[in-house]
Amino acid sequence: MIAAHYAALQVVAPLIAAPLCVLLRRGIPAWLVTVAISWIALAIAIQLLIQVLATGTISYELGGWAAPWGIEYRVDSVNAFVLLIVSGISAVTAPYAHKTVVKEIPEDRHYLFYAAYLLCLTGLLGIAITGDAFNVFVFLEISSLSSYVLISLGSERKALTAAYQYLVMGTIGATFFLIGVGLIYAMTGTLNMADIATRLDAVENTRTVLAAFAFITVGLGLKLALFPLHLWLPNAYAYAPSAVTVLLAATATKVAIYTMLRFVFTLFGSDFALDVTFLAEFLMALALVGVFAASITAIFQNNVKRMLAYSSVAQVGYMLLGVSFFSVTGLTGGIVHLFNHAMMKGALFMALGAVFYRLGSVHIDRMRGLGKQMPLTMFAFVLGGLSLIGLPLTVGFISKWYLILAALERGWWPIAGLILLSSLLAVAYIWRVVEAAYFRDPATHHPRATEAPPALLVPTWILVLANFYFGIDTSVTVGIADNAAKVLLGSGG
Amino acid sequence: MTSELAMVVAVLAPLAGAVLIAASHRHPNRRETATLATAVALFILVLPLLEPVMAGERPGTTLWEIIPGISISLEAEPLGMVFALVASFLWIVTSVYSIGYMRGHHEENQTRFYVCFAIAISSAIGVAFAANMFTLFIFYEVLTLSTYPLVTHHGTDEARRGGRTYLGLLLFTSIGFQLLAIVWTWSITGTLDFTVGGIFEDKVSPTLIGILLLLYMFGIGKAALMPFHRWLPAAMVAPTPVSALLHAVAVVKAGVFTVLKVTVYVFGIDLLADVHAKDLLLYVAAFTIIAASLIAIREDNLKRRLAYSTVSQLSYVVLGGMLVNEISVIGGGMHIAMHAFGKITLFFCAGAILVAAHKTNVSDLDGIGRVMPITMFAFLIGALSVIGLPPLGGSWSKFLLALGAARSDQYVFVGVLMLSTLLNVAYLLPPVVRAFFLPPPNAPGQHISFNEAPLACLASICVTAAGSVLLFFFADPLYVLLEPIVITTR
Repeated sequence: MIAAHYAALQVVAPLIAAPLCVLLRRGIPAWLVTVAISWIALAIAIQLLIQVLATGTISYELGGWAAPWGIEYRVDSVNAFVLLIVSGISAVTAPYAHKTVVKEIPEDRHYLFYAAYLLCLTGLLGIAITGDAFNVFVFLEISSLSSYVLISLGSERKALTAAYQYLVMGTIGATFFLIGVGLIYAMTGTLNMADIATRLDAVENTRTVLAAFAFITVGLGLKLALFPLHLWLPNAYAYAPSAVTVLLAATATKVAIYTMLRFVFTLFGSDFALDVTFLAEFLMALALVGVFAASITAIFQNNVKRMLAYSSVAQVGYMLLGVSFFSVTGLTGGIVHLFNHAMMKGALFMALGAVFYRLGSVHIDRMRGLGKQMPLTMFAFVLGGLSLIGLPLTVGFISKWYLILAALERGWWPIAGLILLSSLLAVAYIWRVVEAAYFRDPATHHPRATEAPPALLVPTWILVLANFYFGIDTSVTVGIADNAAKVLLGSGG
Repeated sequence: MTSELAMVVAVLAPLAGAVLIAASHRHPNRRETATLATAVALFILVLPLLEPVMAGERPGTTLWEIIPGISISLEAEPLGMVFALVASFLWIVTSVYSIGYMRGHHEENQTRFYVCFAIAISSAIGVAFAANMFTLFIFYEVLTLSTYPLVTHHGTDEARRGGRTYLGLLLFTSIGFQLLAIVWTWSITGTLDFTVGGIFEDKVSPTLIGILLLLYMFGIGKAALMPFHRWLPAAMVAPTPVSALLHAVAVVKAGVFTVLKVTVYVFGIDLLADVHAKDLLLYVAAFTIIAASLIAIREDNLKRRLAYSTVSQLSYVVLGGMLVNEISVIGGGMHIAMHAFGKITLFFCAGAILVAAHKTNVSDLDGIGRVMPITMFAFLIGALSVIGLPPLGGSWSKFLLALGAARSDQYVFVGVLMLSTLLNVAYLLPPVVRAFFLPPPNAPGQHISFNEAPLACLASICVTAAGSVLLFFFADPLYVLLEPIVITTR
């Protein structure tokens, strides 16, 4: 009975829990609600994924209103995978959040933090699950507005400017997206994605549709931090509270990339994108430039959170690069990297959160000698870093493998070389931290730090071990990503 | 125990040892017992594999499939047996030596040292028994990472700089070139399994084969082909046992071992015969041999001089591989073992001189032969073996390499080998001459007493020096063992 409504519950559960947090007015109960809801959301996402893999696409009519008029939730292997990523990260981040929130946020705002957190989760899950183009915009705004709030709760005053910067850029992005959706509606008379997909063919060669395509691509490009539209991201990640950085870094850009995949491949169709627009060439060029520019910038950051934020911009480049090949292998690489990057950046930002918890700073000079003072935290950071570099047996390697393979399949071996070259830049910035932590003596005037509490270490290590588990057993992740790639390219089922 | 299980246990044993070592970090005696016991156990595990491999068997096992078609698999074959036996035997000797050295030299962070050492050995054994290029690559990278903390062991500015060069160059070559070559190979052939005669068949043009060959050879940074050789002298800031076992045996031999594996089992020597890129690599190797020797002559720091000597000697093996005939490849394989014994002896001596006399430069060695006669005599034996004079092991491999060059009508490289021998004499014998024939500084008529390194060091030196001699007389089994790797379908 209830199983039939999983698709709705996925979004409704956190949506209802958010006002509940406000009613509770206390930090700890609100936190417990958040943890419980995050785990429930993960359980639902797993259930949905199993159903989709067993029986194919799930279509759910919200409120019983049939599709073109009512809102349809539509789950196939592509967004089931994204739901799994978002809810999985939230399920690990929520338990982690408590300690850092107590440390970083004034007590009278704790319950508001969790309310905003749940709203953000609602928005992210909603974007992924909905089959209605306007509904995507609604959830996009829910997640964006709540994340502006979350970022502004950061303990430094710079968090306010970071949030404001993100607000301006994010609003422009969302507006562009909405204009694009409006134009599509004008041309097709429907907002249901499946409907749009069938009707767009007839009006494909009009200038309006082209304009819609451009607006949507640029709007989403802002949200997913496509180079050079990434300027909001480094500050937002660097100054947000630790738990928020983990959640956003591991999920927000991924969901935006998913939305782009959905619009480009399912709505417009890969033929349209390839033949009529220059999206493939455009994405590939920007992705490659972005990977290099952001990685090189990361090398020169002394705030380690900012360093990893720039690294995130670079990693978004890898995902888009995979997409830009417009082949099953490339898309598999891009989609599996959505998951893999969530694992590695989640682990790395969690380790940094633990450092911030103890030191109150993540400046590279303050992290000197930390390898001895916080051995478990720093070793988690090293292992996460190895995964980011893409050494074998980690998830990072799997992503790189498929991306390189995709480049070689097309015969573009210089691009394969560039992908490998860029991972060496990751060595450079990760190793700056490793050197500081393990082979430099701590500055004497700072007090010795002690190991982070288990409440922070356990979630961190769960993600670290996931980096290795999914780097060795790829049957689940690559299997789903491969399936999703075929769904998007319309050559399978 | 079956051979398959023995291989798996051999890779895991040093890791288990590492756990034991870490667990007993407050008890130096127990910790060093754990190291020694693990080393002995490893050798006992590897040795019985020799018999089936000599009998022509190729025991193998697949542990785990990561991506369909890409698996972690182990297989024992002749080349790997040589490498595994050399590495595991010399680990025992080095463990004994380390105990004397690390205590005699009052090193810090000894537990981290022994743990990383054990992980490095585990990955060296993994490289030796890898059944496909992917498995080899995994262990190759673990070897790089696990030896990095050993290079930066002292934590000084110099050590950090050395570590940066070390890691930077090894990762740059392996990720930038080797991994590209591996993925490319896989996308062409759909397999990465080491196969006698190669895996390419007639699928690709000679030009592409040439590009892949260059990517592999420069991508195997551990083989220290110029211009990617600088990590090896940089690694000399490490404690001497590390330089001895890892940077004269395990790490660098993993490099040239991989070179031979790729030559024989990925490309196959028949396929390479018509590829022009190999001629280019021959000249790069020849240049490395000569240039590194010339640098070695000018180096006053004894360990750096030995490091450049290693760079030069590693290219012998690359030369052997790229000459692509049966004799030169076997010569290259034998050189892995011969050079290992000779060079580890030299490094042991350099460490002994540091511990006992606190000297690091060649120019300070005047008259030290009177203080440390045993050490300096062993140094002479090691030097002669590296130079390649009978009755020492090194003479065989050099002879076979020269014979191979002659058989391919590549007389230039016979000349290169001979010239290199002269250069070897020029940089390896002066320390001995200074030690025995020059008077010690500012001590005319003063009484000179014996002051050798700790007994554990001295015993190890004698074992490896004796090994160099024995390898001259018992080189035949090695030759017979290695012969099957070049028997092709032709």
